[in-house]
Amino acid sequence: MATGTTATSSGERNVLRRDALVLNNRSFAWITNRVCGIIENRQPLLWWILFLPCAALAAFGVAGLLSYLVSTGVGVWGNNNRVMWGWPIVNFVFWIGIGHAGTLISAILFLTRQNWRTSVNRAAEAMTIFAVMCAGLFPAFHVGRIWMAWFLAPIPNANAIWQNFKSPLLWDVFAVSTYFTVSLIFWFLGMVPDLASIRDRCKPGLRKLLYGIASLGWRGGNRQWRHYEMAYLLLAALSTPLVLSVHSVVSFDFATSVVPGWHTTIFPPYFVAGAIFGGFAMVLTLMIPARAIYGLHDLITMKHVDNMAKIILLTGSIVGYAYLMELFISYYGANKYEAAAFEKRVTGPFWWAYASMMFCNVVAPQAFWFKWCRQNLMVVMVVAMFVNIGMWFERFVIIVTTLPRMWLPGDWGDFSPTWVDIWTFIGTIGMFLALFLLFLRFLPCINIAEVKWTKEGAHVHDDGHQSDNEITERQYRGDEAVPTAG
Amino acid sequence: MATTTIKRVYGYLAEFDSPQALAKAAEKVRDAGFNKWDAHSPYPIHGMDGAMGMGRSKLPWFVFFGGLTGFCTAFCLAYFTQVLIYPTVVQGKPANIFTVPAFFPIMFELTILFSAFTTLFGLLGMIQLPRLNHPLFESENFARVTDDGFFISVEAADTQFSQENTRKFLEEIGGANIELIEEEL
Repeated sequence: MATGTTATSSGERNVLRRDALVLNNRSFAWITNRVCGIIENRQPLLWWILFLPCAALAAFGVAGLLSYLVSTGVGVWGNNNRVMWGWPIVNFVFWIGIGHAGTLISAILFLTRQNWRTSVNRAAEAMTIFAVMCAGLFPAFHVGRIWMAWFLAPIPNANAIWQNFKSPLLWDVFAVSTYFTVSLIFWFLGMVPDLASIRDRCKPGLRKLLYGIASLGWRGGNRQWRHYEMAYLLLAALSTPLVLSVHSVVSFDFATSVVPGWHTTIFPPYFVAGAIFGGFAMVLTLMIPARAIYGLHDLITMKHVDNMAKIILLTGSIVGYAYLMELFISYYGANKYEAAAFEKRVTGPFWWAYASMMFCNVVAPQAFWFKWCRQNLMVVMVVAMFVNIGMWFERFVIIVTTLPRMWLPGDWGDFSPTWVDIWTFIGTIGMFLALFLLFLRFLPCINIAEVKWTKEGAHVHDDGHQSDNEITERQYRGDEAVPTAG
Repeated sequence: MATTTIKRVYGYLAEFDSPQALAKAAEKVRDAGFNKWDAHSPYPIHGMDGAMGMGRSKLPWFVFFGGLTGFCTAFCLAYFTQVLIYPTVVQGKPANIFTVPAFFPIMFELTILFSAFTTLFGLLGMIQLPRLNHPLFESENFARVTDDGFFISVEAADTQFSQENTRKFLEEIGGANIELIEEEL
């Protein structure tokens, strides 16, 4: 596997030199050509081979089955009196979690100046948007009468009834819709200079008009860039606490109830770590094939894969710690209901789901301790797949092993999904992948401007210090004297 | 019917071959006392603000007040409806001033939401976009600004502008492919 070398022939001085983010010292024009070329050239046959089945699944599973559900009633799902949340909420938590890696890459890694984010952030943000769209479908239809879903919004209405603002479910409405809106703004704003790149390469016509409108008339002047950079920084600073809050609020749906197995304070950090964990696995699942298909090896390097594998290892270990801590507290807490809940979770009828979760989320990522595994794309893909599956099982375990075994044995029940449950979920996978393929087809999948920004020699002074010749605004206005040399 | 297009001079566009050359030239344009000019590049260049004699963006101030508005909106929305208009006692939880901690998540979310909207619209206001066209797009060479071109544009609206001297000045500071940009009226 080709990576940038850390030690070069020039000797010891370069031992701590960082790997280049753009390999082979590609020029600015090469970067623009390569990324815009994906949109301008004919798509490879593989694109159609992937897109058509995904679109068909989306049409059947999402459009078709949700119409069936609305025209028949939510009874076509397997939700019952005991497991009132069922698969729809498992899928909701799964999809909303996927989105978190996108925001982590675009916001938190931006604030911490991790420049390697630049070549993966656009695709990861797109993934966030599409995942949240898939997630939003489930609670919306889960309300039963979808035409009443506007009751969730605080609008003055004829019944003079207001929402219960003390309820975590309403917090969720606010958290998820804010998350979607802010992610969309962040994604769009980040894309404006790159849309302008495509606009400037188009021949006059409808394409140029559409990309021209989308790029807002961007001219790349420094009078625009300086405000733009500030806006980007602000959005990153706003998204950082937001992304941590979203899955915390999702976990409140569980943790603020008095259900044994849910009522724990570890839930918010455990959910957030799990969300980032699952999201990074999905980023790798999408980006490794995209990189191979479109020949982006010089932009998405093995260093990127390596870094993401390390984040999976870290967050996977946090998740593993949370699983074990839950078990320990159920034993140490001496609460017999809590203990029973976990005993049923591990050894009950869904023991296989718990075992799959443990293997996929805790055991499988341990491979990433070894550099060989992080550098081998097949191994990385296999582990990422395990994590994708494991994170779905985690939510399944939390909901479906807990609700049928609550306080009273006389109240116990069972759960099994219906074919509509299964195909709706598969339909959302199709919708997610189809949207992602459309994104690759029509929008710049790599942040062109930011990748150029990270290149060596792209700036006036790469050390970031003010030169002797530079003056500040105060000096320029004459409020402050310009220091003379010597 | 004969149509005549009346053209107005927008200004000059000069190209530079590297970000460093662009910054050097920008320092000279700054020192020559121009006000209505800009340095265009495919990505934001570190140090250009200093080279152009510009300070920090004022955008955070707008966003601060945007966020404050969101915070107050959420508080009023939750407090007025839950405590004053329609007090709902759920699971024995109070409906008075002590209910406020339960509103924190919504106050937080709306603070973020309003701040984000203020960032977006504040930015668009400050950079005066969106717009459908701009005189600079008359130049074919300018299409490279989003690829690998580095340009300085000086507007005719600047008090120092003169068709001969500004051209000479741009040549002196190392500008290539100097174009007079005219906009159709």
